[in-house]
Amino acid sequence: MSRTPRWLSWLAVARTSLAASLLLAASGCELAVLSPRGPVASGDNIILLDSLAIMLVIAIPTIIATLIVGWWFRESNQRARYLPTFAYSGRLELIVWSIPALVVFFLGGVAWIGAHTLDPAQPLRSSNPPLEVEVVSLDWKWLFIYPQQHVASVNHLVAPVGVPLHLKITSASVFNVFFVPQLGSEIYSMYGMTSVLNLEADRPGDYFGLSAHFSGDGFPGMSFDVEALPAADFAAWIARAGSAGPVLDGTSYRDLLAQSANVAPYTYRSAQAGLFDSIVHGELPPGSGPALTPRPSH
Amino acid sequence: MSGALEVAGEALHSHASPVSGHGMGGPAPKRIIVGYGFWIFLLSDVVMFASFFAAYAVLFKNTAGGPSARDLFDLHNTAVQTGCLLLSTFTCGMAGLAVAERNMRWTQLMLLLTGLLGAAFLSLELHEFTGLVARGAGPTRSAFLSSFFTLVGCHGVHVTAGLLWLGTMMAQFQAKGFREDIRHRFLCFTLFWHALDIIWVGIFSLVYLVGTLPAEMLP
Amino acid sequence: MLGKLTWQAIPFDQPIPLLSGALVGLILAGVLIWIVMKGHLPYLWREWITSVDHKRIGVMYCLLALVMLIRGFIDALMMRSQQALAFHSGGYLPPEHYDQIFSAHGTIMIFFVAMPFVIGLMNFAVPLQLGVRDVAFPTLNSVAFWLTAAGALLVNVSLVIGEFARTGWLPFPPLSELTYSPGVGVDYYAWSLEISGVGTLLGGINIVTTILKMRAPGMSYMRMPIFCWTSLASSLLIIAAFPILTASLAMLLLDRYVGFHFFTNEAGGNAMMFMNLIWAWGHPEVYILILPAFGVFSEVVATFSHKSLFGRRSMVVATLAICILSFTVWLHHFFTMGAGGDVNGVFGIASMIIAVPTGVKIFNWLFTMYGGRIRFGSPMLWSIGFMVTFVIGGMTGVLLASPAADFQLHNSLFLVAHFHNVIIGGVLFGSFAGYAYWFPKAFGFRLDERLGKAAFWCWFVGFYVAFVPLYVLGLEGMTRRMQHYDRPEWYPWVLIAGVGALIILCGIALQVAQLWYSIRHRARLREPTGDPWDARTLEWSTASPPPAYNFAVLPTVTSEEPYWDLKHRARELGRLVTEEPHYEPLEMPRNSATGFVTAFFAVVAGFSLIWHIWWLVILSLVGAYATFVVFAWRDIHEIVIPVEEVERLDRANRAARARALEAAR
Repeated sequence: MSRTPRWLSWLAVARTSLAASLLLAASGCELAVLSPRGPVASGDNIILLDSLAIMLVIAIPTIIATLIVGWWFRESNQRARYLPTFAYSGRLELIVWSIPALVVFFLGGVAWIGAHTLDPAQPLRSSNPPLEVEVVSLDWKWLFIYPQQHVASVNHLVAPVGVPLHLKITSASVFNVFFVPQLGSEIYSMYGMTSVLNLEADRPGDYFGLSAHFSGDGFPGMSFDVEALPAADFAAWIARAGSAGPVLDGTSYRDLLAQSANVAPYTYRSAQAGLFDSIVHGELPPGSGPALTPRPSH
Repeated sequence: MSGALEVAGEALHSHASPVSGHGMGGPAPKRIIVGYGFWIFLLSDVVMFASFFAAYAVLFKNTAGGPSARDLFDLHNTAVQTGCLLLSTFTCGMAGLAVAERNMRWTQLMLLLTGLLGAAFLSLELHEFTGLVARGAGPTRSAFLSSFFTLVGCHGVHVTAGLLWLGTMMAQFQAKGFREDIRHRFLCFTLFWHALDIIWVGIFSLVYLVGTLPAEMLP
Repeated sequence: MLGKLTWQAIPFDQPIPLLSGALVGLILAGVLIWIVMKGHLPYLWREWITSVDHKRIGVMYCLLALVMLIRGFIDALMMRSQQALAFHSGGYLPPEHYDQIFSAHGTIMIFFVAMPFVIGLMNFAVPLQLGVRDVAFPTLNSVAFWLTAAGALLVNVSLVIGEFARTGWLPFPPLSELTYSPGVGVDYYAWSLEISGVGTLLGGINIVTTILKMRAPGMSYMRMPIFCWTSLASSLLIIAAFPILTASLAMLLLDRYVGFHFFTNEAGGNAMMFMNLIWAWGHPEVYILILPAFGVFSEVVATFSHKSLFGRRSMVVATLAICILSFTVWLHHFFTMGAGGDVNGVFGIASMIIAVPTGVKIFNWLFTMYGGRIRFGSPMLWSIGFMVTFVIGGMTGVLLASPAADFQLHNSLFLVAHFHNVIIGGVLFGSFAGYAYWFPKAFGFRLDERLGKAAFWCWFVGFYVAFVPLYVLGLEGMTRRMQHYDRPEWYPWVLIAGVGALIILCGIALQVAQLWYSIRHRARLREPTGDPWDARTLEWSTASPPPAYNFAVLPTVTSEEPYWDLKHRARELGRLVTEEPHYEPLEMPRNSATGFVTAFFAVVAGFSLIWHIWWLVILSLVGAYATFVVFAWRDIHEIVIPVEEVERLDRANRAARARALEAAR
């Protein structure tokens, strides 16, 4: 087994102690972003904490130095040496340019790697085949379609534990951002386009999701529940959803287009195949905007 | 903490030295300052046009099932427009020479010709626009057409403003003669007019010529 | 006849805007009546409103900024209090109202506080530091200021007539398109910024031309003060970036007014393109704001450390590097839009690279302090407060520059905390430092130091109490712009942030008190030498306030710190070093009402465009053109300042300084 380089283990120590102190500082309550429940969120976390640790190595000494230098060289301090002509030093200049440059060089590498390995469209490695979920952001609720299971739900995303989710995301109207803090990365939902996001929950639990891009007056009412269930419970949920409730097709979708917020979660017992693609290709109309004002004719 | 401070007066000599490089000779003469400042304004205007060019490039293919560049552009019209504008740049240059010679007759004549050629350019453009609208290819038809009308129209608005300015300059020369500050303003006008020509070269190359290339040659 | 304007535009059914509008209206009316009755109007018109003097214009810019700071801060207090109350509750501000408030807060703070503040400081100080009499285009300078004020006026009118945008401070489509924002709010926003954007652009052109073509004899580029270098870089950015804003808002307005399809959901519009365009402006914009603040710190730290700035050449290179690099990072504002690993990675790295010159500057300020004899006047307190705070803000910026980290923090309160960290810690602290530093030069008396220091501490402590909780909330997953929320773990942090806002309120109250108190006791606070800080650059060689023409005779510059070197020699000899110069009558540009009148027509044009009152639009454009013609027809552009007045003022300045030299001997 190869020995991990010393600095990498140092980084791991710094990372864990940082995470611990941050959690402690938050008086014992969990910081959602720093409490990953899936591999994507874990990956994002590592990048964040590593970068923080590296930056603190520069930031903390700089701040301390500023305060010490400011205090020591105060006018009333007779012991401090006055160096009125100390206005240039080639050596210092070299250090002053090199240190930030080296740090940035290093961090840049971390950023580059992270940007690739954690790209939302990057499929996750798993022994399980991915579960397809199609997501539509509406004003102001979230529609989740399970094309393989032919059911759909509003404001409630249920996922099986340990199975990668392959999310295809679009918007019925304005920009939104799909975000489940404890599972991982955000991605924009945009009309006429499909954003791809891969997530996975690695343990059962209830999480929260929200839109992270302001989308209008009903925006704060646009949160959704996320439930990660063991495989058997997930199958049971699918069966329950498919047994009762309305049908999702072109007509019932149009009802969803009207503006509403704080919608209580519910399910559709069947979802019309190809509905998501019709939405993306503009075969179904976009969200209608405020109901009161008539749309001007162009 | 030190109290009131001692100061020396300023150096005695105020140089009447000629303006050399590196700005060491003191403030530049007014004519240079005015021209330089106006150049910078023109550069900012170029940036604005660049934004419209960028939007046009992005939206070029978004015809929403409607007509595309190849269906719509009439290169003959564009060629005549270009000719008018180029010629007007020439007459504007001639007017500049006339101003340098302090010849009022030729100044006004050349400026009038510049104006007429500019007006001809505009009427051809207006004719093109109304024709497109009549064919159902107005700016509200598709994103491509929105960006086309905006880019070319923005240039047309600048030409219109230029004509208004031109008329004012002609009146100024008539009323006040070849006074220095009016000549400075005229310098700015000529810069403006030539810059519009350069933008037009960009437009007819990137919009009209590239737009009407056969499909295989398009980027 | 009046387009879309009806009585329903006035919010009779909403007590908060109605009452606040009435209050502001009463205050304005009261102030106006007092001015007229006391006979101050002719003075105001002659000396300030029609002034083309860069010093007066600079002061008016700063005054506009301070007044709008109060308006923008009230918005902040409302946001904080709403969020403190809106846990499992609707709070007291319904979404339609709250959405306007956070949009107005951001718009006002960036465009009508931060921009005018730094532009005002640049206008005031740059010609003085360059050793010249005014900027390149004084009347245009006045136009620029009044157009900015016109934009500010329009934004404030939206409070009582109609509504403001409900989209956030950047109107992203499709939300800002007519379909989803059918009201006049986005139109108010867009026309205000188109108008003030012209003003900003004209101001930028002025500063660049002045710095590049008008300097005192002998002042080469490397002998130019650092504040002038940063002003140059900032103004170059204005010229290169603001036209993009103008174009982007024009496209949005065309979509809204005439049914174009730049960013619409249908007919091929591309909303992502707006993101790219607006951030191609938006990122340089924040460097436009911060660079002059860096310049102020360079001057203040050197002056208050009694030392030359360390690594001057390095600072210049760093400034220009920041200037250029600011155009290469814009995509980091939307890493989460799915551009892919390569694109995200490139922009992430570019965003980190720009931290290098900034870090260099911090170190150079540190080494300037090292070996100095530091006095802790209030400008220096703001500077040290900046150095500590900005390092944290810059650090969180570098964190966000990593795409993978940003994937969880984009648009969260972590982001909000980051940009407030750098804007308050950087731009605002820098503006306050510049305000305290140059106030005695502008008015001839100091600001009260005790109140100033108390204000600093309130701002400093208040900032941390208000924004560190926001960093935590971002890590808790809370996103920005939430009118209400239900997660219990967010609640305590929101409360703490509210307390922080109240501490900052104390700071602002102290600053208002400081100004009032200093004016009241200005006789006691008067400083007669023109150089209260024992400073190093040319503006301190003039009297306080300087005469309209700044310098009786343009100084000849032979070193990097000409004033300091002369002062040094004079101190050694105990007397003035140079003889009285040969005085001549001076020509200065005449005052002009062009700026004010143009702005008047701009306000009318903007208002009538917003409300679709087409005939009034045409009339106001005709009026604007007529103003241009009237100005063009002016025959006399300059006034002559008689040689006796030049002699008198300069002799008084020399005498005051000779006295101070004597007293120190």
